[in-house]
Formats: sequence, structure tokens, C-alpha cells
Amino acid sequence: MAKSTAPINVIDLQGGYNGTPVIHGCNMKIEAGEIVVIMGGSGSGKSTFLKHLIGLKEPMQGDVELFGRSLYHVPEMERLQLLKGIGVAFQSGALLSSMTVAQNVALPLIEHSDLDEETINFIVRMKLDFVGLLGKEDLLPSELSGGMLKRAAVARAIALDPKLTFMDEPSAGLDPVIAAALDDLIIKLKQSLGMSVVVVTHELESAFKIADRIVVLDRGYIIFTGTVDQIKSSDNARIQNLINRVAEDEEFDPEAHLARLYGHL
Amino acid sequence: MARASNTNMMVQFITALGQFSKNSVTGLANGIRFIGFASLILTQSLHMLLFGRKHGQPVRMRHISAEIQTAGVQAIPIVLLMSAMIGVMLAIQGIYSLRVFGAETQVTFGLALSIPREFAPLITGILVAGRSGSQLTSRVGSMRLNGEIDALSVMGISPVRFVVAPSLVGLIVSLPILVAVANIAAFGAAGLYINAVLGIGPTAYWADILDVVTLVDLYHSFGKAFVFSVLISLSGIAIGMGVSGGAEVLGRATTNSVVTCISAIIAADAVFALVL
Repeated sequence: MAKSTAPINVIDLQGGYNGTPVIHGCNMKIEAGEIVVIMGGSGSGKSTFLKHLIGLKEPMQGDVELFGRSLYHVPEMERLQLLKGIGVAFQSGALLSSMTVAQNVALPLIEHSDLDEETINFIVRMKLDFVGLLGKEDLLPSELSGGMLKRAAVARAIALDPKLTFMDEPSAGLDPVIAAALDDLIIKLKQSLGMSVVVVTHELESAFKIADRIVVLDRGYIIFTGTVDQIKSSDNARIQNLINRVAEDEEFDPEAHLARLYGHL
Repeated sequence: MARASNTNMMVQFITALGQFSKNSVTGLANGIRFIGFASLILTQSLHMLLFGRKHGQPVRMRHISAEIQTAGVQAIPIVLLMSAMIGVMLAIQGIYSLRVFGAETQVTFGLALSIPREFAPLITGILVAGRSGSQLTSRVGSMRLNGEIDALSVMGISPVRFVVAPSLVGLIVSLPILVAVANIAAFGAAGLYINAVLGIGPTAYWADILDVVTLVDLYHSFGKAFVFSVLISLSGIAIGMGVSGGAEVLGRATTNSVVTCISAIIAADAVFALVL
């Protein structure tokens, strides 16, 4: 069988914390130029799953392949080399607080390319223009609003024109107008740069607008993979609860609840 | 009644003993884990310094010089001031105690033996531990809390080569220079005081000092500076890397860092004194 060179290929991934699995046997493959939204409620394992995808957490079992190469079964230096090919925009931005916006965006270019200073400055301005932050080059991350921070993080993530970009909750905590602008930005990344984008979110509206495919995580299991139309017509009760914002009916155990109230559990 | 009370005390004693043993074992295990982690950081830093460039992870000169600027150049005024004061105090105490034997003029002998071997590296080490050890912990710790360390990793930039190795090299370069500054400041200030009190001129004073100070004393001085710089940077960084949670944890870690760095310096100083 020919080896897959898909931007990302998740194979039987099991991962978690302190030996307790949170992600169970997940398989996921993303094709080039595709926007895939990973959805799930709070505690569904989205963030842990993302950490495994971007090389921040060693899986307990299984593997993650980026462009056909294992991310975890390689020496540290090779893993770093592989990670140069992706971009990640973190939920909090995670910009280096001691550097200006321009220096943050320039960082991957300075570290991973041989470009001269003038070219780097030009690319930085281009990327900031792309995310609507031109003119904010000299501000420090602490001087940016929440929306600006997320857009600056996107600019840094796409600085090297990666073929695969990850975005963690890009619209969380933003007002609807800015959230919509970020959605448009993600679509623009795919259309104008041909990028594959993996977006982790629990914002339904945003997911339906941008996704080519939606992957639903529930209690650490991938319970659905399909298009927006397919998810809307799914007859799975938990998926319907998620997309119709219906609260889950947890099985109620009065004795256990009482014990918890008394602090005995 | 008395028997019940005795049994009770016995139980309390055994409980306390058990608790003490448990705490000691936990403390020892944490200590060993910390030393292991610090050694790992040192090994990875050396690896990055030697082979990083080959793998596209070069330790940049500009990051090292920025560290030298912060940890070294900016520390010069305080090191100058403190060392000068220590030099004068040593001269005062030396003259006071030697006066008993009518041998005040021999004070230079004591200074020449104690400043380069002991006081200059120790005072500089403690000052740098307070400045740079805590600064390293708070910087690395806040980078961890803000997700900046993770962000560097996913950008394909090894945090060890970007943050850790430059700090280590910066301190290894800075501390011996600061110790040299401390030596000169302490001897200089002591000389001025001795000149004023005993009337020994600068030429005679410096000739006396240079007569007594041997190359071995200088090895001691700079050898300690090197060891202290490694201890301060590794402790500061290792404690910073272990920060997770929130601002309160970071505050505690910073305090812990200063205490650990100073304790490590004094312990290493004692080893120097015993072994060499």
C-alpha cells in the first residue's frame, strides 16, 4: 500500500494524562486544501486531541503523521524539522510577550529562512495586512485586544506559508462581527493560499460556515465525520444535542449526589 | 489511665515519625528528580550548542549577547558597589583584629588570601543568583504559563536552544567577568581605606597583593565563578520550567529559585573549600 502523504493522518490515537486515556482510538485524515472543523462540547477531549496533533503531547498509543512522516516515532530534531511545515494559532495567541507584533510574526522567518531583513519586513507587513493588522507592527501583545491577538497569532502561524494550519478556538470570546471576520479569514487562507486548515471550535455557526468536513469528538471518541449537510441530517442523538444546543440528560444517582454534597466522594 | 496516656503518646510519636519519614522520602525523591531534570537541561543545551546548527537549530549569537547584557553588563554597578563595601569591611575587620598583635600592616596578606578565593566569587554569585536566577525562573515560568514555550516548540524552534542555551552561555561568560570586576573593586576600595588609615601607598599595597596572590587563587576565583554560573542558570531554568498553574505558583517558584540558587552556591563553595 502506498504511504499516505496527506497533510495529517491520525492513526489509532490514544492519549491522555498520567496514564488515564482521554482520547480513544481516533483515526482522522485530512486532505490538501481542506478545512476540517473538530467540534465537541466542553470536556470532549478537543484540546487534548489538538495537543497530540501538533506534537505537544506524546500519544499513549498510535501515531500522528504530518505529510506522511511520523511526528512521534522520530528523534527530537526531526520532529522540530517536521513542525516547521505547520502553523498553529493558539487560543490565547501565545505571542512572545517580550516582542512586538512584527517581531513575533518575523520570528519563524528569521529562524527558518535565509531571507534578508528587508524581505522579512515586507513579508511581515504582507501577513499583517492579510489579517487586517497593518499599522500595528510596533505594538506589544499586551497592547492588543482579544481579536487582534488572535489575528496576530494567525499572521505568525501563516508566516512561512505552511501547507497545514491549526487554529484553536479562533472565535471564542470574540464579538460576532470579529468572529465572522476571522471565519472569512480562514476561508481566504484556503482559497488564496491553498492551505489545509484544522479548526478546533465549539461555535456551531462558525463551524457550519467554514467547514468542508466536520469531525465530532465526544468523550474522547470520534463519533462523526462528514460534511455540514451530513451532520445536520445525522440521527445520532448526541450529535443532535450538540447542534441543537440541548443539555445532556446525565443519569442521576441521588445517593452518589448526596455523598458528593457531604464531601464523602 | 497512665497506661492509656502512654499508649496515646506512643501512637503520636510513631505517627510523627512516619510522617517525617514520608516527608523525607518525598523530599529526597523531589531533589533527585530536580537534579535529574537540571542535568537533562544541561545535556540538551550542550547538544544544541555543539550540533544545533547541523539540524537547523543554531544557538544565535544575538541571543547570547542579549543575555550577557542583562546578566553581566547590567549587574556591573551593583557588583562594583557591593564588592567595594565588602573590601572596605574586610580591611576594617582585618586592621581591628591584627592591631591586637601590632601587625596591622599585614592586613594586605589577609585580603590577598580571602578576596579572590572566597569573597569575590561568593558575593558575586549571591548577587547574580538574586538578579539572574530569579529573573530566569520568572521569565521561563511566565513563558510556560502563557503557552509561549509550547508556541516555540510547534514553530519548530527548540525552546532549549532559543531560551535555555543562550541563558546558560550568557551566565558562563558573564560571571567570571563580574568576579574579575569584584576582585578589582574589593582590592581597590580596601587599598583606599588602608591608604587613609595606615598610610600604605598604592604602589606598596598593590605590590604586596600581587606578591601574595598566586595563580591557584585565581583558578579558585574563576573556577568558582564557572561552577556558580552553571548552578544558577540550571536551577533558575529548571524551576521555571516546572511552573504550572497560575501567578501564585510563579511567585513561589521565583522565591524558591533564589533560595535554591544561593543554597547551591554555598554548598558548592563548601565543597571547594573542603576539596581544594
